[in-house]
Amino acid sequence: MSIYTEIFVTFAKIGSFTLGGGYAMVQMMEREVVDNKHWLSREEFLDTLVVAQSTPGLFAIDMASHVGLKLKGVKGGIVGALATALPSIVAILLIAIFFQAFKGNIYVEKIFMGVRPCVVALILTPCFSMAKKAKLNKRNWWIPIVCALLIVAFGVSPIWCILAAGVGGFIYGQVTK
Amino acid sequence: MIFLQLFYVFSKIGIFNFGGGYAMLSLIQDEVVNKHHWLSVNEFTDIVAVSQSTPGPIGINCATYTGYTAVIHAGYPTWAAVLGAILASLSVIWLPFILMVSISKFLIKHSKAKFVNDIFGTLRPAIVGLLLAAALMLMSKENFGSPSESPFVFILSVVIFLFAFVGTRLYKIHPILMILLCGLAGLLIY
Repeated sequence: MSIYTEIFVTFAKIGSFTLGGGYAMVQMMEREVVDNKHWLSREEFLDTLVVAQSTPGLFAIDMASHVGLKLKGVKGGIVGALATALPSIVAILLIAIFFQAFKGNIYVEKIFMGVRPCVVALILTPCFSMAKKAKLNKRNWWIPIVCALLIVAFGVSPIWCILAAGVGGFIYGQVTK
Repeated sequence: MIFLQLFYVFSKIGIFNFGGGYAMLSLIQDEVVNKHHWLSVNEFTDIVAVSQSTPGPIGINCATYTGYTAVIHAGYPTWAAVLGAILASLSVIWLPFILMVSISKFLIKHSKAKFVNDIFGTLRPAIVGLLLAAALMLMSKENFGSPSESPFVFILSVVIFLFAFVGTRLYKIHPILMILLCGLAGLLIY
């Protein structure tokens, strides 16, 4: 198996078995990339995690491109990124086609009437675990509140909140040096 | 031109997505539901549920589904919609990929630098706010029913919401299992 095929198969596998996306796949990727394939050392894997978290883009795709990049340069990176995305594109396409056909089906509608409030709760839940990870304290607790308020009540685009937060943090750091 | 719009919007979503996964939901919602009306609030909530139970990153899932649906809504045939889905999915990836190549080395070298920490010190709380906004905006009549028009649906929705929140937060019930349970409840009760 060529190294490209190996990269492709490994990340397609990771992409297929990651339900819920993002952080759920860290464990699986660690096992494949560090323990099975020895592509990265554990320290390198941790560094990759930090980079993937601090660069824009989808976490899983970032991880895959970084590993591919390390192994085989830009071509390896492209193979890794595409392989991770492919299984979900195929799965969702099938579902989208199915959804259009079954739209208005009374049973499907009933199921989703139960599912929708559940989804809202599922989005709210990681708010709290992420608040811990973001190290919310007496000085910065207002940042998420103000962001949410701007987006919900004033229709401000989330993009402006991200930009303002990044620039604000940089300036604050310079001033309090 | 729907294809150009899809490319532009999902490239934008890709590049402004820090923190991944759920953090990008309010961004997608803002563009796809509020601005371009490619999906209704209901469709958006449904696709989040579907994303939870299918493999792959949630951002790719949303892009694929939105690309397909938007092109269908615009009156094109299925094969064009499949192209739209693939286009939208790749649009999310390409800009971050280029950035990743150029930034990753720099960040590894400077990950301990003070200004990097300063920026992420405020960026992370802001992302918590984005998440909060996504949840708040979905607490709508479309998803919960209205208390005056359909009190039964509304009350039941609130009960399901609380059940799902407590179940996943305190009892660590797996999200996929939770979605299946709530879907079953909907099927049996309504």
